[in-house]
Amino acid sequence: MDHFRILKAADSALVIEFGSTIDRKTSGRVLALAEALKNAGLPGVTEVVATFRSLSVNYDSLVTTGHDLEGTIATLLTQSGASSRVSQLWDIPVCYAPQFAPDIEDVAKSVELTTAEVATLHASVQYHVYMIGFVPGFPYMGDLPEKLQLPRRSDPRTRVPPGSLAIATSMTAVYPYESPGGWHLIGTSPVRFFDANSANGALLNPGDVVKFRPVTPKEFSDVLRAVERNEFVATRREIAA
Amino acid sequence: MIPVLKVIAPGFHTTIQDEGRRGFLHVGVPVSGALDRNGYTLANALAGNIQGSACLELMGSGPELEVVASSVRIALVGSGGGLDINGRDDALVRSGQTVRLTKGETVRVRLGGEAFCSYLAIEGGFSVPLCLGSRSTYTRAGFGGFSGRQLRGGDTLQGYIDDVAAHDEMTYSDERNLGLDQPIRVVLGPQDDYFTEATIEEFLHSTYTITPASDRMGFRLEGPPLEHKSDYNIVSDGIVTGSIQVPGSKLPIVLMVDAQTSGGYPKIATVISADLPRLGARGVGRAVRFQSVSREDAEKISRVEHQQTLNIIRDIRTVSESKGVSIDALYNQNLIDGIVDANL
Repeated sequence: MDHFRILKAADSALVIEFGSTIDRKTSGRVLALAEALKNAGLPGVTEVVATFRSLSVNYDSLVTTGHDLEGTIATLLTQSGASSRVSQLWDIPVCYAPQFAPDIEDVAKSVELTTAEVATLHASVQYHVYMIGFVPGFPYMGDLPEKLQLPRRSDPRTRVPPGSLAIATSMTAVYPYESPGGWHLIGTSPVRFFDANSANGALLNPGDVVKFRPVTPKEFSDVLRAVERNEFVATRREIAA
Repeated sequence: MIPVLKVIAPGFHTTIQDEGRRGFLHVGVPVSGALDRNGYTLANALAGNIQGSACLELMGSGPELEVVASSVRIALVGSGGGLDINGRDDALVRSGQTVRLTKGETVRVRLGGEAFCSYLAIEGGFSVPLCLGSRSTYTRAGFGGFSGRQLRGGDTLQGYIDDVAAHDEMTYSDERNLGLDQPIRVVLGPQDDYFTEATIEEFLHSTYTITPASDRMGFRLEGPPLEHKSDYNIVSDGIVTGSIQVPGSKLPIVLMVDAQTSGGYPKIATVISADLPRLGARGVGRAVRFQSVSREDAEKISRVEHQQTLNIIRDIRTVSESKGVSIDALYNQNLIDGIVDANL
């Protein structure tokens, strides 16, 4: 069995750490254990939170103990691995036109491409949702094609508009809310990535897969109007993870 | 939904809170809920509510409210303080005792000097729409509770009962012990290996102060800086309420109920669940010392404290039954209007 460590967050959570790097293999192990734990439905487990390289398993110390849970998790880890996870593949419209993409020209200059090439390249691959964090529904997705990988902006914005499609390092994301942010903004999606009135809150879950579809400003407006009328449903289908 | 109370003045920071939002950490939604879970639980118990009912969390200074239902029963739980009812001779109903108010009466909620946050429950509970399974307010993203925000003058709070039965009022016998001078117990880790043994000793033997930059997201502490072995950036991992992270400033931050769900700084230790309400009740300007315990001890303490809370609830009785207890001392407490701590 591959290496892992179980760390303690007092009597609130166990942290099962599979590594200290951001990569698909580590993320796959995190998500496989998350799935196994959800299926096991262990009494006292209150939350299972996937991050890049570890899984937090929150528990109610009035119902179970960290010691018992560690034993169960070690057993699950010897069993899991062969499980075939199913992912949701999402089709997300994005407008890369300059008025929707304040940083796309700077990005294009930095990576020595045209803005159209940046858009095409960004939309050419499927992105894996590593984790959701920072603000509700904010998906850390990767991996960005190497050609588009840039450090964060040296001057972070205090206000990034909601819907902004952003890139930094090997990651891409969409800001669900207006918030501060230091990533490069290369487009805008009309889709709601977080809606507190929906059942799950966030559109995406860790382990989902996202493909961006370039749309014209006209198509953007049409989708946005549908979103505002609560008539828009993002297209998705199941794929083998 | 029945209009119950109208907000004349909102107080410094008044929000609707319950036990918090469970099951959405994996999509980045914080737990929220009452900072001082014990105070919240007691307020509901006094008001005769099932646990999980929505209360008002009051910070800094209390609101002024007008009764718009036929009658309402209110329970305030803080430390000291009380309900100042306009036009009544026996004006102040102390914290920890219920009172029935009728339509048109107004009440000023006075907070005592000790607790950072107090809880106000009404019989039947407050009614706001469930949002992601909870009635708690998360102001940062603007959802839950009353329109996702703290209360403002002119707001009308809804409840479930238009006219509560007149009967002997309820109280509990002992004043709450907030344990302000007690150490906050922690379990070291999950990233204690990012610090030298000397730094961990420093952390456990120093006194920190909760700074005014603290809020429901996190309590920022001032005191001896904590040196990292080398790097202070980690690949983001999960955060729980009570995670003590040490960023580049080297000053610890205890992450509280509204904290984001993941973070990229090493966490030297984690506050045990039983001491989270105790820390939440402490607030700005207060001193904090930390004491290391094992996880097994933390779990044991959690069960013992839970039993103690149940015992206090079991001890709730009518005011006439509790007359044998010396309540006079409680009445004579020094009340400070409008501010958490006179020494601020």
